[in-house]
Amino acid sequence: MALDTQDLQDAVIDDRERGVFRVKRTTMTADAMWHLERKRVFDQCWLYVGHTSEIAEPGDFVRRKVAGRPLVFVRGRDGEVRAFYNSCTHRGARVCRQDHGNTKSFQCFYHAWTFSTEGKLVGIPDKEGYAHAVDPAELGLRPVARLACYRDFWFVSFNPEVEPLEDYLAGAKEYIDLVADQGADGMCVLPGTHQYACNANWKLMVENSVDGYHGAPLHHTYFAFLASQGDDDGAKQLRSVEARAYDLGNGHAVVDYPAPFPRAIARWHPIYGEDAKDELQGIRDELVDRCGEERAHRMAETCRNLLIYPNLLLLDVAGLTLRTVWPVRPDYMELTGYALAPRGESAAQTRRRLEGFNLFLGPGGLATPDDIEALEACQEGFAATAEDYSDISRGMHRDAATVDELQMRAFWREWQANMLGLGHGAHDEGPKPAPAGVAS
Amino acid sequence: MSVAAAASETLLTRLAVEDFLYAEAALLDAWRLDDWLALFTEDCRYFIPATDLPDGDPRATLGLIDDDRARLQGRVDRLNSAKAYREFPWSRTTRLITNVRLPADAPDTAPGELAVAANCAAWRYRKGDEQTLVGALEYRLAPAADDAPAAFRIRSKRVVLTAEALRPHGTLSIIL
Ligand code: FES
Ligand SMILES: [Fe+2]
Repeated sequence: MALDTQDLQDAVIDDRERGVFRVKRTTMTADAMWHLERKRVFDQCWLYVGHTSEIAEPGDFVRRKVAGRPLVFVRGRDGEVRAFYNSCTHRGARVCRQDHGNTKSFQCFYHAWTFSTEGKLVGIPDKEGYAHAVDPAELGLRPVARLACYRDFWFVSFNPEVEPLEDYLAGAKEYIDLVADQGADGMCVLPGTHQYACNANWKLMVENSVDGYHGAPLHHTYFAFLASQGDDDGAKQLRSVEARAYDLGNGHAVVDYPAPFPRAIARWHPIYGEDAKDELQGIRDELVDRCGEERAHRMAETCRNLLIYPNLLLLDVAGLTLRTVWPVRPDYMELTGYALAPRGESAAQTRRRLEGFNLFLGPGGLATPDDIEALEACQEGFAATAEDYSDISRGMHRDAATVDELQMRAFWREWQANMLGLGHGAHDEGPKPAPAGVAS
Repeated sequence: MSVAAAASETLLTRLAVEDFLYAEAALLDAWRLDDWLALFTEDCRYFIPATDLPDGDPRATLGLIDDDRARLQGRVDRLNSAKAYREFPWSRTTRLITNVRLPADAPDTAPGELAVAANCAAWRYRKGDEQTLVGALEYRLAPAADDAPAAFRIRSKRVVLTAEALRPHGTLSIIL
């Protein structure tokens, strides 16, 4: 199936007057959609690559796959952060073959060309075999087109013309701040990652990660466990009047709601035991001193599922999770989850944080396996009904709540505009977050 | 004790451990999860490190599972429920337990505890899908009371997966 403009226009029905929003399911099944997504979404946007704490020292590196492209994210011996294509300029072999580490240089194992951590080609065995026209200065590791950082979160873009990262992040910046400010000395990624997958279209996981509507029915077993531990208001919080959803511009969106879970920062829960009360109170007091009562309240007692378009989720929930969603085929995605924590927090705090993280999130948790099951069930259903539309209209006639679907409409409006080659989509539905959320 | 007597005592212990592990695997294959949980001590721990950090301690680094008795009870209650959608209807599973050893020098072994190492291969079938989970098992076993149905109780069970990632099959929804 070749796509034309009409197909892309028909892919999303956005009828504000009637309060109807629908997405055609071929957007999640067709190869042609996926091929175009690679060009018009993943080759255009800013994409998350890593966190400053993962390459803290000169020579530190991590390997990453970003939109299917193997990269090395490295802090050079000169202290500067760079991102290179992990492919030898000689004949293309993957140069760095370790997931992470610290190195003086990268040597390709095939013919032993050697590159510095700054990407320069510094060693060619039997160099006399080359004519003068073969200039090592031109054969350094190829850097990605753009690399930029906001609050220790690093993004790459394969589009040299992409707008500045801070403009791109738009209203999401304030929400990233609410994560980045949780540690007085900044945040760090803990060792260990969840590397898993789902046999469904990647956009289903993006939707699911900000979907408050499914929380109570799908995650019954998780909330039942919390209730068994002496907390029975869990699922109710998702429906509280304070539970909101916002379109943050440029496809970013958030659901912002009172915490239905224990939070290591800094909502005490019987699960933590009496012993933890003092430490959590101390953390909360420090947050108030540093950030003011209003922001401290938001960090401690409320939760956020933040979507950074197109495929990064910052889930500030029972644990603090960074999740990336990478399409591999229209019906298969790879997922990676990282745990974030305030730098230098106590061992007891890390333990509470990880217990909360593991219990809910991740491939061995009490909740995420059912999310995966639900998305796969959708993809299976699409086999029968690909020409049909999915309905994402919930809450279009009111100021959207967490259990509504405004956050998904924000994604799809951006997606459709990108796919049509029109730049950013319209992001005018619903109120913007109250300015009270900004630093006081 | 003579060398031969010591060797045969070790052998008898290993046979008892093997019987115990086979019975444990049979309970899991039969989804008799309450009976399975009853094999664990009150102060037990059940944990599975991340695939990219097999030596990691999930209390300090991100792992896949880190359950104490209360959370393990929650996991069992969940899997007994028709609302554990990833596992309802239950998948069909077969576990093979092999390479059972009694390492003499295992670290973190309390007095009276028995350290056991074994390999496990589990096949899981559901929705037309086959998943193979292979890994190393490490136990710390405590002797059970004389009138108890099983010879041991499990104080800790650690499962180190051999896979580099939970891909292409995305989740760890059964108990290993
Ligand atoms: S491909 Fe790397 S040195 Fe030849
Ligand atoms: Fe969910």
